[in-house]
This record gives sequence, structure tokens and C-alpha cells, in this order.
Amino acid sequence: MQIAAQIIGFLAALVLLTAFGMLVQRRMTALIHLFAWQGLFLSISTAVVGFMAGQRHLYISSLLTLSLKVILLPYILHVLVRRLRIHREIETVVNVPLTMLIGVALVIFSYHLTAPVRELSTLVTRSVLPIALATVLIGLLMMITRRHAVTQIIGFLAMENGLFFAATSATYGMPLVVELGVALDVLIAAFIFGIFFFHIHTSFDSLNVEQMARLKEGD
Amino acid sequence: MIFTPIDIASSAVLLFLFLAMFTFLLSRRQRLMIDICFSLAAAASLLGFIAGAWTVAGGVTEKIVLLFGLPDLPFHLRLDPLSGFFLTVIGLLSFFVSVYSIGYVRGFLGKRSVTSLVVFYCLFIAGMFMVVMADDALIFLISWEIMAAASYFLVLFEHERIENRRAAFLYMVVAHVGAIAILLSFGILAGLATGFKDFSGYTFDAMRATQFPVGGATAAFLLAFFGFAAKAGIVPLHVWLPEAHPVAPSNVSALMSGVMLKTAIYGIIRVTFDLIKVFPWWWGALALALGLISAVMGVLYALMQHDLKRLLAYHSVENIGIILIGIGLAMIFTSFKLPLLAALALIAGLYHTMNHAMFKGLLFMGAGAVLHATNERNMEEMGGLIHRMPWTAALFLVGCVSISALPPFNGFVSEWLTFQAFLLSPGLPNPLLKLLIPLGAALLALTGALAAACFVKAFGVTFLGHWRGHHNPSVHEANWPMRFGMIMAALTCLLLGILPAMFIGWMDTLSAQLVGSKIGASSGAYGWMWLTPVAPERASYSGMIVFWGIMAVVVSTFLLLHVRPGKIHRAPVWDCGFEKINPRMQYNATSFAMPIRRIFGFLFSIRERVRAGSNPGHAAFPVRLNYSLRIRDRFWGWLYQPIVVSSFWIARHLGRLQQGRIQVYLIYSFITIIVLLVFL
Repeated sequence: MQIAAQIIGFLAALVLLTAFGMLVQRRMTALIHLFAWQGLFLSISTAVVGFMAGQRHLYISSLLTLSLKVILLPYILHVLVRRLRIHREIETVVNVPLTMLIGVALVIFSYHLTAPVRELSTLVTRSVLPIALATVLIGLLMMITRRHAVTQIIGFLAMENGLFFAATSATYGMPLVVELGVALDVLIAAFIFGIFFFHIHTSFDSLNVEQMARLKEGD
Repeated sequence: MIFTPIDIASSAVLLFLFLAMFTFLLSRRQRLMIDICFSLAAAASLLGFIAGAWTVAGGVTEKIVLLFGLPDLPFHLRLDPLSGFFLTVIGLLSFFVSVYSIGYVRGFLGKRSVTSLVVFYCLFIAGMFMVVMADDALIFLISWEIMAAASYFLVLFEHERIENRRAAFLYMVVAHVGAIAILLSFGILAGLATGFKDFSGYTFDAMRATQFPVGGATAAFLLAFFGFAAKAGIVPLHVWLPEAHPVAPSNVSALMSGVMLKTAIYGIIRVTFDLIKVFPWWWGALALALGLISAVMGVLYALMQHDLKRLLAYHSVENIGIILIGIGLAMIFTSFKLPLLAALALIAGLYHTMNHAMFKGLLFMGAGAVLHATNERNMEEMGGLIHRMPWTAALFLVGCVSISALPPFNGFVSEWLTFQAFLLSPGLPNPLLKLLIPLGAALLALTGALAAACFVKAFGVTFLGHWRGHHNPSVHEANWPMRFGMIMAALTCLLLGILPAMFIGWMDTLSAQLVGSKIGASSGAYGWMWLTPVAPERASYSGMIVFWGIMAVVVSTFLLLHVRPGKIHRAPVWDCGFEKINPRMQYNATSFAMPIRRIFGFLFSIRERVRAGSNPGHAAFPVRLNYSLRIRDRFWGWLYQPIVVSSFWIARHLGRLQQGRIQVYLIYSFITIIVLLVFL
């Protein structure tokens, strides 16, 4: 039991590390790889939680995560990047050290916020909750600081990872129906984003979201 | 018994909904659609009338719980004497107007499709029926919105004209602001009924069973009063009324003005007398004061109009004011525990509700007939129509006499009852009210006189004299269905005027339900011919005797003039030797209203200009004179313009939040999440 808790803690640390990695990584391919790694850690930790708590359905979610977030979504993103010939991210809005500092502040904030929950909870995985919350917030931060549409999608998917992590760690996972639904939503969202990007790319000749400000009607 | 009133009323509603749903099947054959649908609508209205009259006569209360509704919150319907009375009014006028519509709507054939008119007409009446039958807050608001939305589309029927779209939009805005206030008011009442614990307080029964604390009740009353006032067109929330009524088709104007405004009166009575029950006297004083202001301002604005339907719309403001005076007095008397006087004032207000529905319906139908025949709404372009449209002229005159509160028609009876209520107010224990309320009677008298002046103008300029327009259209008399509709309304006006004691006896159950006292027995103490509201030695009126007296005078005058041939000569108009007289030199509506415009000018924003064209010969002999007059509602500038300007200002500044950049929107959500996490 103790070992399992330590494994989960270690995996959580890795998830957080990949989240930070994604926050600062400029190169598109490496970013997608990091996202796939995060999915893998998530999948393993879900399987460990399932083993430890004796929840069978967590194995299924683990497999789902593995196939979807480690294989399918990164593959789609890779295809997208190759087709659209994007390799380097354009300049971020905020510079890297400041982004890192904000990220650190968010982690501290999450620990502070979940302190009462950690005291009340009796679950083995309770120490993971602040990390899951931090992953969500860092994903959002990534969406804010990046200008490229594809990185924004990765940020969005990272947020979803964080939510999933929070669900497994706080309550040993949502009911299977809900998880299947969420997985399907994410998949479909990725497809729709992909199609949209092709169209945006053809009409704006760029995937820089700042270009989309032109859509706003003038005063 | 197999059928009960509530079954009949529900089947009427179902018939209307059925009509609204399946009318489109006939949309290829418009003429047939008009005949079938409006005949069935008339039948359904008659069912509503029967159900309502039966309920009031029997004094019974029936409820049903519908099988559908929101989850766990089923809809409730109820028919008690108060609902029954309003059902009677709505059903009766809808019946007349539906008959009239068979003829009136034919005028649109070949010009435009009338399917939408028929569909929304049926939905509109169904909505009104449901509003008065609703017995919980949810179905009340749903019906209220059905009524508002249907009437919005009816106002928008001739949507290609910009003024119609403007009017419909204004109507929609005011209706929705009002509906929100009503929603909040019911929210407070429902919350207080259960102590804000669950949702079961949404039924009116739960609210009736509750003793409301003064503060909560006052907030609920003020909100409800505001909401209903917006619907009723009480000054200063009346601005939509003179815009929306003139542009709607005339049969719809008749219903909107005649009965839709009354649903707001129903709402006020339902909330105060039935749901809250115990209230301080100043609520009544507020209603009374606003009623007086509406009555006086309504009639003054009406005098300034020369659009026939707009003039009638302003008179609706006036009459709603008079009804509200009765209701306000009833509230004051109730709060001082004077049930007999409260019953008198309430009956006066409700009697006027009935009367206004009848004569205003009649007048709008008459205006519709004129519009139908001449394609003209501006009185200044009309004149002499009595020769071409004798039926319409005679029936319109009946409406004019009724609304001017002249015996023997119905308007007199209800205003006279209101005066009786006023004159009994010295019995109040509050010295301030004792002093001030008789002043209200003086204002009411002024209103009556001004209304009479206004209808002398309306009838005189429209129907008498010579045709003033530039081109002379082929004016024709209204067709038979239209005439039937108007004749029935005119006869009802007469019957309500000469048989008031019977009518008040019928309404006894209503005052018994609401204020716990009856005046039927004392009113009819001298038999059905005499109306003696409180006591015979105090005041009495016999419409029947006045009627026969007037008939006797008319008949004897007619006989005196016609008994010997050769006594009547027709000759050209004496032109003072001017010789070039033409119809445009006639006394017109603007000149008729001028003295009153001078006296009460400070109440309007008037811009009057006379410009003389220069004459090369001599300045003392101008070639042409230009006269322009613009009269505007002051309330628009005082109350509405600032709201419009400030909402645009706020919208402009809030627009800066919309940067159009995704990052900025993400930052908004980010900050929101952080703030929520920190503080919740």
C-alpha cells in the first residue's frame, strides 16, 4: 500500500514536470511528445490506483487514456503539424522565466487551496489532488501565453488531463459512463479543431490566433 | 352535473390552441380560412363567456391539476368568481370581435397572407383565457408570455412599415421588463410562503395560506404593481400603448385595448386582494394617485391626437386610470376595515372594466371600419362619413356617448359608482386621506368633461362636415359581419347602462370573495329599474327612465320636424360672401383642441410654428402660410430618453471588454476561476 502511494506520488510529480515542460517548450514536435508522455504517466497512475483500490473500471479508463492520449491524439496532431508545416512556435506573449514563475505560483496556490481537503480525505491518493489542480491551471496558463492555435489545443488537452487526474485521485474515478463520454468528447473536439485549423490556415495563411482579432467588427 | 364551468373554459382554450395549430392546413384557401377560423374562434369565445358568467353567478370555485408541467411541479388551473368575471369580459368581447373579424380580415385578401394573423389571434385569446385561469406562478407567467408574444406578432402583422417594427419592438421591451418584475414578485411570494426552503410555494394556494411579513409583501407588491402597470399602460409606463395600438390590425387593437390591458388589472387584484390579503393603506393611495394621473394625462394627450386609433389608445390610458381609481379606493377602504365601501369601490372599478372593454372594443371596431373604407387614419383628412357610412357612424356614436360617461349608456353608471365611492371617503379614519380624496373626485370630473370634449372632436371631425382629403376614395359602408360585431357591442353598452342593478347583483359573489361584503341587495332594493348603491335616500339612478326620457324627446322632436312637409330645407353652406370656400377650411381637429392646448400646454412639449411666405407685392398680403405643430409626450424625454442614452453608453463601454483576442477571453476565465477558487 505504502509503495503504491509512493508510486502514484512519483507519477504525479512526472505529470507536473511534463506540464512545466509543455509550458516552456517552443518546438512543436517536442511539445506533442511531452503531451504523449503526460498521457502515459496518467495512464499508468490510473492503472496503479485501480489495482490499489480494487476498482476494475479504472483499468478500462487507463486503457482508454493510453489509446487516446498517448497514441491517437498525438498522431492526429503530428499529421496536422506536418501537413501545415509548422515546426517552431512563434514568440510567446510572456517571456519564459516569467511564465515559469507564474506556474510555480499556481502550484503553491493549489497546495494552499487543497490543504483542507487533504486533511479531511482518507484516500491514499489525497496528496495528488493539488498536483492535478495545478495541472489544470497550468494548462489554462499555457492557452493564455501561447499565440499558436495548435499549442492552444495542446493546452486545452493538458487541462483535460489534469481534470481526469483529479477525478481518479479524489474519488477513484468518475463512473465509467461519464469517462467514456468525456473521452469521446475530447476525440471529437480534436477532430473538429483539426478541420477548423485547415480552414483557418487557408483563409488567414497563418495559425496565429492574434490574426483572428481581425474578425471583430470595428468600432 | 356532467359539465362544470371549468370544463367549458378548458375546452374553449383547447379549441383555440387547436385552431392555432391547424389553421395552416387551410392557408391555400384564405377566404375559407377566415370564415371557418373566426367562426370557430367566436364559438370558443362564447364558451369562455358562458363558463365565466356561470362561475360568477354560482359563486363556485373549481380547481384542476393538470397532468403535465415541469417535473414535480404540475400546473394548476382554477376558476373562481374573480377569474370568472374576467373570463366573461374577455369571452364576450372576443366573441364580438371574432364576428367582426370575419368581415374585417377580408380586407387583407389579395394583399397579403392572413394565416399568421389568424394563428396568433387564436393564440392571443387562448393566452388571455389561461392567464385568468392560472392558479400557480409558473403557468401564469407562461400564459402571460404567450399572450405577450402573440400580441407582439399581431402588432408586427404589417411588418414592412418601419413604424410598425419600432412600435412592436418598444412593446416587446416594455412587456418584458414588466414580466421580469412580475416574475421577481412571484419569486418573493413563493419564497416567503415556504420560508425559502423548497419550490412548493409556487402555487397560489400556498401563497394564499401564508401570512406575509410587511417588508416582503411590500417588495412583492411594488414589483408586481410595476409589472402589471407596464402591461396596463399606467402613466408613466404608457408609452408603448399609443405606438402599438394604432399599427395593429383594428380587430387586434380592439382586443388589446379592450381586454389585454384588463389582464393586468386582474393581476393587480389577484396579487393584492387574493394572495397578500392584508396590506397598509398607502398601497391603495399609490394606486389611486397613479390612477388619477393616468386618467387626466391620458385624456389630455388624447385630445392632442388627430390619428383616430392613437386617440383611442390614449383613451385606454385614461380608462385604465379610472379603473385603477376604483381598485385603489377599494384597497384603501379594505385596509381601514370598511368592507361595504370597499365592495362599492371594487364593483365600480370592475364595472368600468367591463364597460371599457365593451365601448373601447366598439370604438376600435368602428375606427377599423373607417380605416377599412378610407385607408386613412388621420382625422384631418376625413369628414362627412356619416353620409356614406350611416351604420358605422351611428354605432361609433354609441361608443362615443358611452366613453364620455353620458347616460343612458354604461360609461355613466360605472363613473357614477366611482363618484359614489369617492363621496363616501369622508368616512375614513385618516384625516389626510379625508382631505385629499375629494380632490381626486374633482380630477375625475375634469377627466369626464375632457373625454366628452375629445369625443365631440373625434366624432365631429370624422363623421360630420365634408370630406377633407385631397383625393376622394370610394368609401363604402362596413360589411355585415363587421356591422353585427359592432351592433352586439353597442347593444351590450346600452344594456349595461339601463340594467345596472341586475349586473351588480350578478357580481355579488365577486365582492364577497375578495372584500367580504355585498352591495347587490342594497343596490337593487328598489327593484331592477333603480340603482341605489348604498342606500336609496343617499343616491339613486335609473338608467331605464333616463333612456325612455331621451327616447321620448328624440321621437317627439323628430315628429315635430317631420310631421309637416316643407319644414326642412337643404341649402348650400353660407360662406360669409367669401365664395371660394372649400372643405379644407372646415373647423378641424387641431383647431378644436387649441383652447385646451393653450391651457394645459405646460404638460406637453409643443413646437408650434407659423411661417408666412414672402410676397413680392406687400408684406401684409402673404401668398401662403405654413403652419406646423409638433406635440410630444414629455415622459419620453424625462424618463425614457435618459434610459436609452445610458444603456447605449454602458453598451459602448462594456464593448471594450470584447477585444476579439482569444488570450484576453482566456484571461477572463482564468481570473474568474482563481477568484472563485479563492473565495468559495
